[in-house]
Amino acid sequence: MNFELTEEQTMMADAVKKFVVNASPVTRFRALRGTEVGWDRKAWATMGEQGWLAVAFPEAHGGYGGGFIDNALILEQLGHSLVPEPYIPSVVLAGGLISRLGNTAQIETFLAPMLEGRTSLALAYAEKQSRYDLADCETTATKSGGSYVLRGTKVWVLNGHAADAIVVVARTSGASRDRGGLSLFLVDGDAPGLRRLRVHGMDGQSTALLEFAGVEVGADRLLGNEGSALEALEWAIDRGAAAACAEAQGQLSELFTRTIDYIKQRRQFGRPIGAFQVLQHRAADMFAEVELCKGMMILAALQVENADADTRKAAISSAKVQLQTGGWLVQESAVQLFGGIAITDEQDIGLFFKRVRVLQGLFGDADYHVDRYQSLPSFEGEAA
Amino acid sequence: MDMSYTPEQIAFRDEVRAWIAKALPEHLRCKAENGGHFELEEILEWHKILAAKGWAAPHWPQEVGGTGWDVAQRHIFGEELVRANAPTLSPFGLTMVGPLIIQFGTDEQKKRFLPKILSGDEIWCQGYSEPNAGSDLASLQLRADKEGDDYILNGQKTWTTYAQHADWIFVLARTSPTAKPQEGISFLLADIRNTPGIEVKPFLTTGGTPAFSETWFDNARIPQANRVGPENKGWTMAKALLGHERTSIGGVADSARWLGVIRRIARDARMGGKPLMEDAAFRRRLAKIEIRYRTVGMANMRTLAAAQLGHAPGPESSILKIVGTELQQEATELAMDALGHNALGWFDSPTDAMPEYQLWLASNFNYLRAATIYGGSNEIQKNIISKMILGLPQA
Ligand SMILES: Cc1cc2nc3c(=O)[nH]c(=O)nc-3n(C[C@H](O)[C@H](O)[C@H](O)COP(=O)(O)OP(=O)(O)OC[C@H]3O[C@@H](n4cnc5c(N)ncnc54)[C@H](O)[C@@H]3O)c2cc1C
Repeated sequence: MNFELTEEQTMMADAVKKFVVNASPVTRFRALRGTEVGWDRKAWATMGEQGWLAVAFPEAHGGYGGGFIDNALILEQLGHSLVPEPYIPSVVLAGGLISRLGNTAQIETFLAPMLEGRTSLALAYAEKQSRYDLADCETTATKSGGSYVLRGTKVWVLNGHAADAIVVVARTSGASRDRGGLSLFLVDGDAPGLRRLRVHGMDGQSTALLEFAGVEVGADRLLGNEGSALEALEWAIDRGAAAACAEAQGQLSELFTRTIDYIKQRRQFGRPIGAFQVLQHRAADMFAEVELCKGMMILAALQVENADADTRKAAISSAKVQLQTGGWLVQESAVQLFGGIAITDEQDIGLFFKRVRVLQGLFGDADYHVDRYQSLPSFEGEAA
Repeated sequence: MDMSYTPEQIAFRDEVRAWIAKALPEHLRCKAENGGHFELEEILEWHKILAAKGWAAPHWPQEVGGTGWDVAQRHIFGEELVRANAPTLSPFGLTMVGPLIIQFGTDEQKKRFLPKILSGDEIWCQGYSEPNAGSDLASLQLRADKEGDDYILNGQKTWTTYAQHADWIFVLARTSPTAKPQEGISFLLADIRNTPGIEVKPFLTTGGTPAFSETWFDNARIPQANRVGPENKGWTMAKALLGHERTSIGGVADSARWLGVIRRIARDARMGGKPLMEDAAFRRRLAKIEIRYRTVGMANMRTLAAAQLGHAPGPESSILKIVGTELQQEATELAMDALGHNALGWFDSPTDAMPEYQLWLASNFNYLRAATIYGGSNEIQKNIISKMILGLPQA
């Protein structure tokens, strides 16, 4: 049992923090909000040069052989100032899947340039009707000769509007919601027949609705085996959940410390409002939940790599539930304690609030994860 | 980072587990499993078995009878005790006054008191609270006036758990009425059985057990040699001790036991003709509380891991009393709900009316309401966090 960072991890987290403070304060995010891409390719390249995109990938794939905890430490720092570059979709989701399932050519073509920050990726899995059910996939891939033709619509594709290539989940067999029959395809962002609609998230980041109207890809674009993608997809989305916990930790920490600072200096009734016990106790509750979230962020980052899928799922679901229950207490208290100013767009509190809420709603919300937790075989047995 | 135990720790766990399984008497195990209330003799039976093995006070220094285990080993041992359904030993000697005497006591005091705390031959109780000094403990009024080599004690303590069984009581008493409230307090030890003028009046808790007592002092004379530490410095010492009490009161391991109890109930109890464990709404409630247990458990593990490396308790440790006791209460609330109307009985009913685990549930549910009150109420904990950690201004 040891939760200390190694020297390399401390150095890396410090370097990311320095980047965040010096090169990417919240004002940079504000400036990029609502622009065509919503993030900056130069900043992305810098992150690639620093090795932050490659850190957790195997050396054979051009990475540094680190663990998911390294991704988490980076994301936590990025979260502090709402860095909008597509770390989660590109590195955690699509990158993870390509590294896990890809053949040498696919890794060279799609993963390697992304790790250097030259390209970015996305994962298209969710559909309008699917909610959080990963098997609820109506997009189809029909074999025709030596290639596949993709038809269907994907929603909330993080970085889908800007990605150079997109990992797409499509059904090669079976009925919608069958666990079998799902396959993954690597589709170019500018593939003929693909329509990308930029959708604005409430957090000021862009996502995409993708329409596949007969997009044809060669058999060399099949990622992994045909028809058996669900397990890998579940794994990837659990990585997304762990990443959401990590990034949100940065924002929750901002919400908390900014609130404490604010109630020390904001005066009403002739004293700092932080002298009112009702607010002090709320602050103590926030403190407790931020700490509890931190523990679960660590748990998620460590256990997402557990080879036993049920152990992994139990940990990830627990962490995601805490993010939405404990995390919610932090974000709603922050807004309440700031008062009216928290509702203005100029105040950063609202930006953090919104981003955390988006991360809570991605990769399974609390209801979904409570339900998944109780459906695991281990739930029947003794207490974990 | 690494969440797993080392091979050495796993070997240690297996050794401890095997020993407990052999050493713990079946009637005690059974009673603990059913949440039954232990009589003092039963607790002492287990205490003496542990003492004979040298494991009664793992957290004491080795030269006074501790085990020499590190933080992780102590944690593993504690977990294994709960897992095996061993009775909890009385904390007043072993975790409260013992460590204080070890830290601040004279050599004579150590020789006189520590061996009998360790062996379980002398039972202790804690005389801090008074009718008008609860959370505001520093306003306590028990007077200790000097006369010759003695102190003369006058006043009253209350909520003194198990005073009626105790041989000794440690009290906070006012030795200097003129000083600031915190500064005139001394830490004194009194022979509760043999000192004329000390009277103990037990009364029932809502759990139905006679755990509480009022302890009255009427010109009770105790030697000054029974003062631990300097005169008027009792407050600082007692506060150090309260800090210790707080982390252990979180009771994360006890919550694990409650989750086991709830599952057992839910496999037995019926809902719509099926086991409650198959009811979707119930399963979600159980899942939520178990997730909370994991969440609090993670904070507990981080605290332990930091302590293992010799670091001062981090911020997460100060929240354990609050979130840990809330969790214990939630667990008993869910256990009650799981049993439905069968939860509403009382433990003095005939056992053929209810299985034993049902018998004791209501008592535990009621008694555990105290967990958020004692050891510094959760409101007081929040006051401490907001002032000491968050640095918020005084009202
Ligand atoms: C089961 C049990 C066993 C106990 N055993 C012992 C024992 O062995 N020895 C011993 O000395 N004592 C013992 N106690 C006493 C215990 O330490 C006190 O109950 C505790 O300190 C609270 O004091 P009080 O009960 O007088 O409540 P009060 O201090 O009167 O508090 C009442 C309520 O007011 C709140 N409150 C008080 N002050 C503040 C504040 N400043 N800000 C916000 N809220 C506040 C409290 O949180 C509580 O909710 C025991 C108590 C219980 C319930």
